[in-house]
Amino acid sequence: MAKLRTALIIATMAVAVAGCQKKRPETLPPGPGPVDPGPGPGPDTSGEDAPGTPGHFKRNVISDTVLFALDQYDIDAEARRILDSQSQWLTQFPNTRITIEGHADERGTREYNLALGDRRANAAKNYLAARGVSPTRITTISYGKERPIALGSDEASWAQNRRAVTIVLN
Amino acid sequence: MKSVLALLALTTAAPALAQAVQPPVVTVPAQPGQEQGLSVDVTDESAQDLTILIPAMPTNQAVNTPAGNTEALGRQIADVVAADLRNSGLFKPLGPSGVRAVPMGEVRAPDFGYWRGASAQALVQGFVQAGAGGRLTVGCYLYDVALGTELTRQGFEVGPSDWRRAAHKCADAIYTRLTGEGPYFDSRVIYVSETGPKNRRIKRLAIMDQDGANHRFLTNGQSIVLTPRFSPDERRIAYMSYQNDKPSLYVYDLAAGTQRLLVTNVSLAFAPRFSPDGRYILFTMSTAGNADIYRIAAAGGTPQRLTSGPGIDTGGSYSPDGSKIVFESDRSGTQQLYVMNADGSNQQRISFGGGRYATPAWSPRGDLIAFTRMGGGFRIGVMSPSGSGEKLLTESWGDEGPSWSPNGRVLMFSRGSQGSSGKSDIWAIDLTGSTTRRIATQLDGSDPSWGPLRP
Repeated sequence: MAKLRTALIIATMAVAVAGCQKKRPETLPPGPGPVDPGPGPGPDTSGEDAPGTPGHFKRNVISDTVLFALDQYDIDAEARRILDSQSQWLTQFPNTRITIEGHADERGTREYNLALGDRRANAAKNYLAARGVSPTRITTISYGKERPIALGSDEASWAQNRRAVTIVLN
Repeated sequence: MKSVLALLALTTAAPALAQAVQPPVVTVPAQPGQEQGLSVDVTDESAQDLTILIPAMPTNQAVNTPAGNTEALGRQIADVVAADLRNSGLFKPLGPSGVRAVPMGEVRAPDFGYWRGASAQALVQGFVQAGAGGRLTVGCYLYDVALGTELTRQGFEVGPSDWRRAAHKCADAIYTRLTGEGPYFDSRVIYVSETGPKNRRIKRLAIMDQDGANHRFLTNGQSIVLTPRFSPDERRIAYMSYQNDKPSLYVYDLAAGTQRLLVTNVSLAFAPRFSPDGRYILFTMSTAGNADIYRIAAAGGTPQRLTSGPGIDTGGSYSPDGSKIVFESDRSGTQQLYVMNADGSNQQRISFGGGRYATPAWSPRGDLIAFTRMGGGFRIGVMSPSGSGEKLLTESWGDEGPSWSPNGRVLMFSRGSQGSSGKSDIWAIDLTGSTTRRIATQLDGSDPSWGPLRP
């Protein structure tokens, strides 16, 4: 019974945070206890605009997200433009580290999409590395189709979900 | 692990019992008066459901046990037997509601004259008896109504918390006697319980009986968990977890309630599958964006690489004799199915239809490979290990990830729905494709893995 109660609390919290999904899509909502010793404050805390912070990154690059075609992982012209702006920022702040999240739309099987998301994250990583960002500063993580950003089951939503997102770690 | 279920030799075993144990597979419905007695063909979708009367099981003495009063249990057990047989899609059970109660004295001596008036072919009777420490003895008898003969009998002694298992074993005995197929009702399913919005689904490992009963959660939902698989002895579960933001594979020990990391120092490991002997786990590891299939000792160790090349190779599944592996690869440009030897040699493509093929699962009988086929929607299908005889069983927007019943006659899979809810449920379908049903789960569900028949 205690388990079920915990479950309900978690579920309620998940609904509560759904509105501000852009914070840190890579982590699940924390449990009721004091957990998550992970990488510090989200973007809504003070100092977000200080140079070298995640907030500063998001304000100074074209986008933190590059998109991909169906079942593809090649970096197109638009993605190059975005990643170029990211590499400039990363060159400017050489002590920062990033994680690139790879995602897929829902039109693939779960396991294949994990591999596809991994391909996309690595494609973005390789591009940044070719632009001079040390690969040791970059980690990748694939979420497959587990963390869509657009919720519809239509081409417009799927296009948004086929993505690699760069997240600056504090 | 304690032995929870004992098969009893019923004291008044009839000589007919011996010939009732392992009937041959019968493909033609038996005629009345035939020596064989009743039988059902599981592969004939046009066959009429066989009607089975299942009165409540009487008790010799109404006694309170931790599982409830034996009189109430007799009715509940008959309910579970009826539900199992109904869910198989092959039988039309009648009772225990609306069927005359049977006195204890009639269990071994049915009133065939009365039952013949009920236009049913078969009759299941049984009894419940309380023993020391609340242990229960359940007797289970199957009769041919027209011939007035006994077809099989089984007895089980179970602890009070396992009373449903006695019912499943009884249903298994009836199913096996009438179809010639292996049993599957006394088995469990591990799956991913889902709740919450589509962009923040909370996913927990959960376990339940094959009919959805005895549900319990194994993880708390703080980390995403995906694609669990039972070990062949049902004691361990291999699964993927995003614990500490490092997606990797873990092995969960059911008795101990503990988990351990299986693959270390890897950026992405997923798609675990046990070998038939339980000693190895196939999995997919991705390095620098290239996914290949590896094998690792289930106790841990150094992974051995089985596939190579730039394509995505994943979803490896062993043949039941452990000599071959079916897997999916997009090396041709799209996801297709391939079979290779267990050491990775002799990789041959077996799927050639339109669309993409994924998540192959080799039947425990060895005769078929189930898969997800994409193109239009996501559908569940089967083909022979050589790729011939492809048959699509479902038609849906989002069916995915088939898992075989222990007897290789039923498939469980995820069915996802379109739109912003992202809801997914667990469904089962028999090989004829004629009986589809949703498995009742507490929340939503995905990635079912059907465990072995319980001992």
